[in-house]
Amino acid sequence: MKTARSASDLDLMVTRIPYAVYLGLRVDLDEEGVLARLPFRNDLVGNAGLPALHGGVVGAFLELTALFQLLASVRDARIPKPINFNVNFLRSAGPLECLARARVVKHGKRIANVEVVAWQGDRAKPVASGFGNFLL
Amino acid sequence: MRAAMNKPDFALRDFFGDRRQELIAHIPHAVELGMTMEQAGPCQALIRIPQGERLLGAASRGVVFGGVITTLLDQVGGAAVMCSLRELTSIATIDLRIDYMRPSTPGRDLLGHAQCYRLTRNVAFVKARAFHDGELDDPFAIALSTFMLAANPTPPGVMKALRSQQP
Repeated sequence: MKTARSASDLDLMVTRIPYAVYLGLRVDLDEEGVLARLPFRNDLVGNAGLPALHGGVVGAFLELTALFQLLASVRDARIPKPINFNVNFLRSAGPLECLARARVVKHGKRIANVEVVAWQGDRAKPVASGFGNFLL
Repeated sequence: MRAAMNKPDFALRDFFGDRRQELIAHIPHAVELGMTMEQAGPCQALIRIPQGERLLGAASRGVVFGGVITTLLDQVGGAAVMCSLRELTSIATIDLRIDYMRPSTPGRDLLGHAQCYRLTRNVAFVKARAFHDGELDDPFAIALSTFMLAANPTPPGVMKALRSQQP
């Protein structure tokens, strides 16, 4: 995949987002695009009984993945701003690393629409999916 | 006699009121973010997240990252559903849609208020807003979410935790 930014550009951008650093977000870049990773941590748990990651953390991870796919696709000094974001919680996310990939569905002049899917282990069994619109 | 024919009372009525931290004390990530249960009542809840450096989207702008607001509105939405139940059961978020109308104001705490406006046998419907102190009518984000009831076969932490605390 042709990208506007390198993996090290994206790593640097992660370090500039305190919340992404706090979550422990990792961003890799390959021919498919951005592969985002969220290592499991006990303090990110929402349901201690299962245990399962907090839904908000899963949502935030999807949103970060969408943002980084956009950053990888477009060379623009401005950081896209989320207008809205939709999350479908498909399965509880257990005590494992989460992975996610995003696809820029439409890249307009002012607005970009991005789809995201997150999974653990088996990509055919997503834990969450989402889409959002970003102001460019 | 009449009381017996009425709908059963809210399962968590004993926890309604101000600063009943028990309602979220069993949720590790809520505790980690320093969330406080400001108010709980019939079908509604109000939660605060104190401002903090690690919540920021861009350190230079001082604005909280959108995903933090997702966590706040998911949590307060779940609390509103729990506060609408007549019988305790586990719940799970089905979906959540959030509109970010404007950035949050740097340096201010985040408040989330949610109302469960419809409860069916299987699904709860919630609307929620995020705002700053004294600005309930001027939210910076709005969310609509749905929750599934009796989501997990195993008793969730909340039931055990709350039952053990009930007088």
